[in-house]
Amino acid sequence: MSDAYIVGVDMIKFGRFPEKTVPQIGAESALMALDDCGLTIQDMEALYCGNLGQASGMVGQRMLQQIGQTGIPVVNVSNACATGATAFREAWASVKAGLYDCVLAVGVEQMGKGLLGGAGAATGIPKEGLLGSGTMPAVFAEAGMEHTNKYGTTFEQFAKVSVKNHHHSTMNPKAMYQIETPLETVMNAEMISYPNTKLMCSVNVDGSAAAVICSESKAKELGLMSRAVKVRASVLTSDPWQERDLVMPDVNSCTRKAAAAAYEMAGLGPDDIDLIELHDCFATAEILHYENLGLCGDGEAGRLIDDGEVALGGRIPVNVSGGLLSKGHPLGATGIANIYEVTTHLRGEAGERQVEGARIGLTHVIGLGSACGIHILEKT
Amino acid sequence: MSEQPLPVVEYLKVPENGDPYLEGYKCDACGATFLGERSVCSKCGARDQMSTVTLPNSGKLYSYCIVHRSFPGIDVPYISAIVDLDDGTAIKGNLINIEPDPEQIEFGMAVDVVFDDALGRKDKEGNSYLSYFFQPANG
Ligand SMILES: [Zn+2]
Repeated sequence: MSDAYIVGVDMIKFGRFPEKTVPQIGAESALMALDDCGLTIQDMEALYCGNLGQASGMVGQRMLQQIGQTGIPVVNVSNACATGATAFREAWASVKAGLYDCVLAVGVEQMGKGLLGGAGAATGIPKEGLLGSGTMPAVFAEAGMEHTNKYGTTFEQFAKVSVKNHHHSTMNPKAMYQIETPLETVMNAEMISYPNTKLMCSVNVDGSAAAVICSESKAKELGLMSRAVKVRASVLTSDPWQERDLVMPDVNSCTRKAAAAAYEMAGLGPDDIDLIELHDCFATAEILHYENLGLCGDGEAGRLIDDGEVALGGRIPVNVSGGLLSKGHPLGATGIANIYEVTTHLRGEAGERQVEGARIGLTHVIGLGSACGIHILEKT
Repeated sequence: MSEQPLPVVEYLKVPENGDPYLEGYKCDACGATFLGERSVCSKCGARDQMSTVTLPNSGKLYSYCIVHRSFPGIDVPYISAIVDLDDGTAIKGNLINIEPDPEQIEFGMAVDVVFDDALGRKDKEGNSYLSYFFQPANG
């Protein structure tokens, strides 16, 4: 099987674009990714398009109506917050399988403002606030408090994740927000669901990101190897049975399962990774994933954030893009946006926030329901 | 319109004569319990091994959060709690009759399941509902 390489990748600066359509937002990053490698839509043999909000709306085809209707196969993908990573993985798999030599993956989302999750009841009465909360900040607060129950992790330690990621965002011109938030500011912000304050929740934004994936022979033929990044591992998992998962969506076991498979596929371990973009949809979630991805032992995540090991300049920088907390979280785009971030570092093109000497990076997303996508990328 | 309040979820049973109770489905092959009717076990895959069990009305607090912002019309703050019932079944609901303050709430604290009106909520036909809640165990 041929190795697969990212030869072109980009994302738009995330924001709010109510005047645009979903295909228009997706088309922007698709063209940017093509420009990044100097290819055209005529060079693409297939399109894998991730979007959640219009999952039945043929977004990929409508996007090609904006940028070139070449008649290629289009696969529209929906997999909660792992949608973008799933589209990327399908694209990668088609190249690995030898079906195509050059394909395009796009993730795009247009979001409303406000709380996600726990919608009204179709029959009977609404259950929100009656049988607990189904809002996303609450669900992830409960996941964080499970860690508190087991290991004594504090509100302050969770809040430090936001301090770190918001600091990183000040070096990322593509982040929705680029604002320093001292610890007191984070902890004293409006409480949404304890222990997640407003500054510990990711931002609902519109956005898109895209990647061009080539086989090794095609990348060489096109003279694109100098900036190419090799996909060392691509893994997707669903949630294995857990005793509480009917009432507590489990983001841990599907991540652990995906991490183990990804490290095995790459023949690497956590110590080999130079930077990580992980799914910090809420500050509480990031803490869990330090352990889930094997960056430290169980129960040590609080110490990791206290000691600055996961900050830029630390042992294993996490979310130097600013993460979902500051960059924003356009659900279907997020999984490719974090691939853009890691690729940019491996190319040595990340500017002020560059992780020095980065050779290998890992991306992680979680879609509740649940799906986990992990990719390990390597500089060539 | 129903004379009796309706159960808020299918796994809450309201007998004509007798006390309301929570019902689980238990896999006779592996022992896993589930809220809600099913015929195949998602833990071990066994088919047609499910039997109904009455769930205990006591358990321990496993995790929680304090909800300060919810959807319009939902009273806040309230405690959204994950409780492990005494037989190991996990269930989610509101923890009541305790201050919504992390200083007051202890992991592992004993809680009772209590049944009461669903906070005055009615459906389009005007039916009342019976719900379940958790509260700190007495003594
Ligand atoms: Zn079973």
